[in-house]
Amino acid sequence: MYDYSNFDADFVHSRVAEFRGQVERRLDGSLTEDEFKPLRLMNGLYLQLHAYMLRIAVPYGTLKSRQMRQLAYIADTWDKGYGHFTTRQNIQFNWPKLKDVPDILEALADVEMHAIQTSGNCIRNVTADHFAGAAADEIEDPRPTAELIRQWSTDHPEFAYLPRKFKVAVTGSPNDRAVTKAHDIGLRMVRNEAGEPGYEVVIGGGLGRTPMIGKVVRDFLPKADLLAYLEAILQVYNLSGRRDNKYKARIKILVHETGLEELREQIEANFERQSRLLPDVDPAIVARIEASFAEPEWDTREAPAPVLEAGLKSFVDTNVTAHKQPNYAIVSVSIKPIGGTPGDATSAQMRALADLAEKYSHDELRISHEQNVILPHVHRADIPAVYAALREAGLATANIGLVSDIIACPGMDYCALATARSIPIAQQISEVFSDLDAQRDIGPLKIKISGCINACGHHHVGHIGILGLDRAGVENYQITLGGDGTETATIGERTGHGFAYDEIVPAVERLIETYLEIRETAEETFLQTYRRTGADPFKTALYGEENKANAA
Amino acid sequence: MARKFLPKVATGNHLLEGDVVYFTAQGGWTRLHEEAAVAETPEAADALLAQASAFPQEIVGVYLADAELTEEGPQPVHFREAFRTRGPSNYFHGKQAEL
Ligand code: SF4
Repeated sequence: MYDYSNFDADFVHSRVAEFRGQVERRLDGSLTEDEFKPLRLMNGLYLQLHAYMLRIAVPYGTLKSRQMRQLAYIADTWDKGYGHFTTRQNIQFNWPKLKDVPDILEALADVEMHAIQTSGNCIRNVTADHFAGAAADEIEDPRPTAELIRQWSTDHPEFAYLPRKFKVAVTGSPNDRAVTKAHDIGLRMVRNEAGEPGYEVVIGGGLGRTPMIGKVVRDFLPKADLLAYLEAILQVYNLSGRRDNKYKARIKILVHETGLEELREQIEANFERQSRLLPDVDPAIVARIEASFAEPEWDTREAPAPVLEAGLKSFVDTNVTAHKQPNYAIVSVSIKPIGGTPGDATSAQMRALADLAEKYSHDELRISHEQNVILPHVHRADIPAVYAALREAGLATANIGLVSDIIACPGMDYCALATARSIPIAQQISEVFSDLDAQRDIGPLKIKISGCINACGHHHVGHIGILGLDRAGVENYQITLGGDGTETATIGERTGHGFAYDEIVPAVERLIETYLEIRETAEETFLQTYRRTGADPFKTALYGEENKANAA
Repeated sequence: MARKFLPKVATGNHLLEGDVVYFTAQGGWTRLHEEAAVAETPEAADALLAQASAFPQEIVGVYLADAELTEEGPQPVHFREAFRTRGPSNYFHGKQAEL
């Protein structure tokens, strides 16, 4: 994993010192709130509904044990003993006090972490496949690319005040676990006919008010051209992205309004110029980054025979994924216990995960955009021990990819922008389907919930998406169906009018009952059934045969 | 048709703590909605907002919120404001646990 150079460490520590001075000046009155607010946001500090919230980047979702332990320490020392992992591979603390934030940032800097560029109209935390460096289907580890982009974009003077925030995601596998098509730029590692590594470059994806699937702007970009090409895209966007209307400022609108072909011409022309002007990235930097992501030394023990004990077998079936090393496996740890808050981990759980990573996963952890934690390199012989320890820590829920593995944004329980709550809906759905055998019978199903149109819960790409709204001062929930966040990305379709707070969970139950009735085989997933039948039977389930035509 | 005027309270967040606070009739701040000063006319609401905005070193993001008058004091009208009086509903650990 990437280790900070002295330059990185000095930079992050000096940013903390700078922010400490800014907080002092806010508290002694020399800075007004209007002057201070942009400064605190630059350091990831928001003021939410009930308290401040500090958003910390977990670059490309990768953590070491000591970093996870430091997050636990921060949770205990300055917060309420827990943290919340988000869909952007960040962690948020919900209760810090303003005066403590410089100390928290210092504690983060001590373990090579920070909150820089987790807010504002800049290039945000670069995200990546949470199975990076481990997945059996991987062409190449996407993290050196993500790290290079992080270094290039951090404090990039030209891109500090873009028309809007800018999100980049990278995947090294054909199976897209990084939702690359819903990002401003999605990079998919590919090989050309000569077998050389490069990227397929996707631009203009995004959810929120105007959800759009990104479009391929370049089929094959040689690896060496990456930064020049990114500069070219960002420059075109910086110049032409709309600054007159916040809701039309993302690059997806520019792609939509200008047209992909014309934009591609502009980008390519800019790239031509750019690649002559920009010096190539120093190969020593690339080599240093790549070396820091070198594979761990694999344990050569043979994998044992498959397990038969029931609880463990269920866990292996749902939470364990093939590793590129046949004797190893990827263990996904669900942070979605039945009735729990998706993405919340207590400090004790964080420590348990850190211990497990240290002992059984070459000291590595990943945070997924689905709000779970991954132990990427577990030897198959150690899976029973890992499972036992997870059970002890209350972390062994065997529901990865199932109906209770719900993404839910903080919603109105925390977020100042929310129009309704998300978390209690997720809690209730997981309680209704608390029986894990029944969940396994239902099979792969992604429910995603957002508390407002900003779509942090990715509801547009949920097989069942739920959007919380405010209808005349009352919480109301709209359903979308058929969304997909993978390589076959699709925006879900709205079914019709929304449901009241106490109607939405029964409505979801009806959808699932309908699926169980009409699926052709037990193997046909919810999404496959929906694609086969269309929305009609599901609309009937939601609104009744007579009312479905008027439901919109 | 002009909308009927609803009584208002002035609310914001405490600069240091981040907590939700309400402006009182005594000119101070409380964490309890029912202790908030209430403005019953548009003019009184303007005056309340002006008074409550005079604490830039202590309180941030001051605004007026609709309230309903009850025997126990003013109560929030909108569900968002109701949540602000209690804290998050997923755990018993916000304001509801502290007050
Ligand atoms: S979707 Fe809306 S409510 Fe949810 S976290 Fe994002 S901004 Fe907040």
